[in-house]
Amino acid sequence: MRFAGDSGDGIQLLGSQFAVSTALAGRDFATFPDYPAEIRAPTGTTFGVSAYQINLGGDPITTAGDAPDVLVAFNPAALKVSLPMLKPGSLILVNNDSFTERNLTKAGYAEDPRVSNALDDFQLVAADIGHLNLEAIKAFGLSKSEGGRCKNFWALGLLLWMFDRELAPIEAWITRRMAGQPTMRDANVTALRAGHAFGETAELAASLPQLSVEKADMTSGEYRSITGAEALALGIAAAGELADRSVMFCSYPITPSSPLLHRLTRLQELGVGTYQAEDEIAAICAAIGASYGGMIGVTSSSGPGIALKTEAMGLAVIAELPLVIVNWQRGGPSTGLPTKTEQSDLYQAVYGRNGDTPIPVLAAASSEDCFVMAIEAVRIALRHMTPVILLADGYLSNAAEPWKIPDIDSIPTIDSHAVPEEAGDVTPQRLAFQREAESLGRPWIAPGMPDLVHRTGGLEKDLDSGHISYDPDNHQRMTDLRQAKVDAVADFIPEQVIEHGDASGDLVVVGWGSTYGPIYQAARMTGTSFVHLRHINPLPRNLAELLGRFDKILVPEMNNGQLTTLLRDRLGVSPIAFNKVAGQPFQIAELVARIEIESGGKTP
Amino acid sequence: MSDKLTAKDFASSQEVRWCPGCGDYAILKSVTKALAEVGAKPESTVFVSGIGCAARFPYYINSYGFHTIHGRAPAVATGLKLANPELDVWVVTGDGDGLSIGGNHLLHTLRRNVGMKILLFNNEIYGLTKGQYSPTSRIGTTSPSSPSGSVDTPVSPGQFALGAGARFFARAIDTDKAGLGEVLQQAHAFGGASFTEIFQNCIVYNEDVFAPFTERKNAAQTQLHLRHGEPMLFGTNKDHGIRFNSDSYTLEVIDAAASPDDVLVHDEGNAVLARLLIDMHMPVALGVIYKQPAQSFEDAFYAHHPTRMQRTKSVADFIKGPSSWVVD
Repeated sequence: MRFAGDSGDGIQLLGSQFAVSTALAGRDFATFPDYPAEIRAPTGTTFGVSAYQINLGGDPITTAGDAPDVLVAFNPAALKVSLPMLKPGSLILVNNDSFTERNLTKAGYAEDPRVSNALDDFQLVAADIGHLNLEAIKAFGLSKSEGGRCKNFWALGLLLWMFDRELAPIEAWITRRMAGQPTMRDANVTALRAGHAFGETAELAASLPQLSVEKADMTSGEYRSITGAEALALGIAAAGELADRSVMFCSYPITPSSPLLHRLTRLQELGVGTYQAEDEIAAICAAIGASYGGMIGVTSSSGPGIALKTEAMGLAVIAELPLVIVNWQRGGPSTGLPTKTEQSDLYQAVYGRNGDTPIPVLAAASSEDCFVMAIEAVRIALRHMTPVILLADGYLSNAAEPWKIPDIDSIPTIDSHAVPEEAGDVTPQRLAFQREAESLGRPWIAPGMPDLVHRTGGLEKDLDSGHISYDPDNHQRMTDLRQAKVDAVADFIPEQVIEHGDASGDLVVVGWGSTYGPIYQAARMTGTSFVHLRHINPLPRNLAELLGRFDKILVPEMNNGQLTTLLRDRLGVSPIAFNKVAGQPFQIAELVARIEIESGGKTP
Repeated sequence: MSDKLTAKDFASSQEVRWCPGCGDYAILKSVTKALAEVGAKPESTVFVSGIGCAARFPYYINSYGFHTIHGRAPAVATGLKLANPELDVWVVTGDGDGLSIGGNHLLHTLRRNVGMKILLFNNEIYGLTKGQYSPTSRIGTTSPSSPSGSVDTPVSPGQFALGAGARFFARAIDTDKAGLGEVLQQAHAFGGASFTEIFQNCIVYNEDVFAPFTERKNAAQTQLHLRHGEPMLFGTNKDHGIRFNSDSYTLEVIDAAASPDDVLVHDEGNAVLARLLIDMHMPVALGVIYKQPAQSFEDAFYAHHPTRMQRTKSVADFIKGPSSWVVD
């Protein structure tokens, strides 16, 4: 299903509430909010269309779906933009009141599509949503614009009827959310009920199908709906709890990273602090300062902001301080496509710094995986005393999916290297940089600790004494040490598993990041083997052997071939690149088509 | 052994590597002396620096030290102060580090009033990169990057600080032990962001740029040492005074004996007076020019944090979100 309308129509709210009702009905789902970069683009225009797509069903759902079966279009522009995505036979619900001559012109329609043959292939349901809504809430004496804002709930009421859903949870949500505005609260509840009643009783009812979706076959347990930003925030807070340290999150507003900052401001009771810095550089530097002071420093941004942070990442590397840098990737280069998703910062994460400056890189596969990977990032940062980059993207930030709520007590605690109690004959300067043999992590000594006073910084240090050193051989040893430390991460992370399919054969599809969903579905539909990488740098220690069991490696990516390059560089393999840089996630169909080409046209 | 630490206890084991005759040596001496005098402890004192000659400072002090990256020391120090507000944090910077590449961080650190003592060593030149003109260099400064003289108007550190909302601004001369020592003690005692400009003589690239007012033989005529609540007098016999000219809205020198009632009394809480003093060219105003205490950023941060950064709940209390459902 796809909901589409003006940015001011409350589409994102409508979509997210429908997602909640889907979850409560026990169906699996995945969502894709698709909104313009402008806060309030001119009304009625095609570029101002805000949309929310949700895929629901009984089978495991991993993507927001290729082609919607149901479209709810609040104006002609929304119809115009969404129509090419629909399958023939799909149901289209439009708001009659918005199909004025002016709006049709703005959307570029010469003729009203409701009366021309433009919609012949679809089931059209045209309802006077605006009018019916205002009629229903007349008693509240709201102004026309206030009343108009209830129409998304009217439409939601109708959809809940179509999908045979309970009204109660949504009513409870409205009551909670609008507790401070009793009139708007009651008007919205009334609009919701009116939309539902309309489905039940109106004359249109005959043409409105009541759709029921089978319950998903999900493992038993307690579930909730979660977006990537919510999951990552909880993951960071959980890591603080597991490490028994406070967390200082320092960032600067940027799309699509800001939802993480907003989420973390609500988790203060978990020992989480948030600091909005003056710029991206200050944000990472403050996070480094917090880590130096003994808290878990975390910063987050998107591509352009990450570019600004790179010099400071080098400081954290050479000073051997723990730090987590989250990158919610978006379309680039430069400002690029701020609200659209892309995976084009992989080179930046793995290779993009001055000097030989290796940093472990992780990538979250789905919204719920953001929780797991946030904990993993902190675990690596503390164990190896290193900054860690966690790659997510704009799609994951906003996309909701059901999440089986984990038991925090079942997650292993996060350890850091103990601070020596007795310095003995060793100088504190030397002690601060004495590294544990396996992980090469040093003790986390923070200012304020007596008898451990030492100096650190961005200049090269002597391997043994920890003092500044310009010695050529020492620089070689330190360069080797920094690489060995990142390589050592591979000794602690799990071996790569095959996500789906046979353990050997003609073709394996290798993915990373948010393409997990569509690749998983395409692999399932074609019976192809699928490997999905969560650890990008270093790669899992068995990956070369695992990929060696296949004749061909296909790497679909939302960039121009960055993982393909990395695999060629690190493993000496020659993958086939399948690249899409359109600001939109892969569609299952295009992946299936490409897999079929690579497997010689045969679908096993 | 006495508990009281001396200046020597704050000197690190590292060999100091500034140019012989550099003004930094005198500053280092005054700082270690001031640390001893204010009763600082090495384990709770941190020197944070950026890049430049001045930024070597932390290596030479026996305390925690973090030599960070160019211009970013105030940002790192802010994070450190948030993580541990109990620490005594000093930031050492220069005119290039603090006012050029790091100008933005300095601005925001001052307006937030983050509890740190910022020492800006101003020598009006880039020393470490071999002598280019800096943002405080005067128009016409000849340097390797401005062979026919620089054309840009310099920034005034004091006006910058007050414009940014700084609540403590002081000035001192590198070799003036008494004046610098007094300013450092006051900077240390200030709860928020204290900003001290130290006129530092770079003997290699910009020698004697401040000599017109720093030379001892003329000091009495060229320096106005300010003290809160005391009249602004200078000269060998304190025979000159400063008066406010209400026609031109400027400060002017008068004969103090002739019109003693016209001599201004220093009020460090007066921001308008501070601006006039900063701009006065001769004599040059030294000492604490402006001081207006307010709650520090870290105090406000912790006061607003419901649990003062402590963990009072478990993730398990938050993980279910607004609604959840059970699948059997």
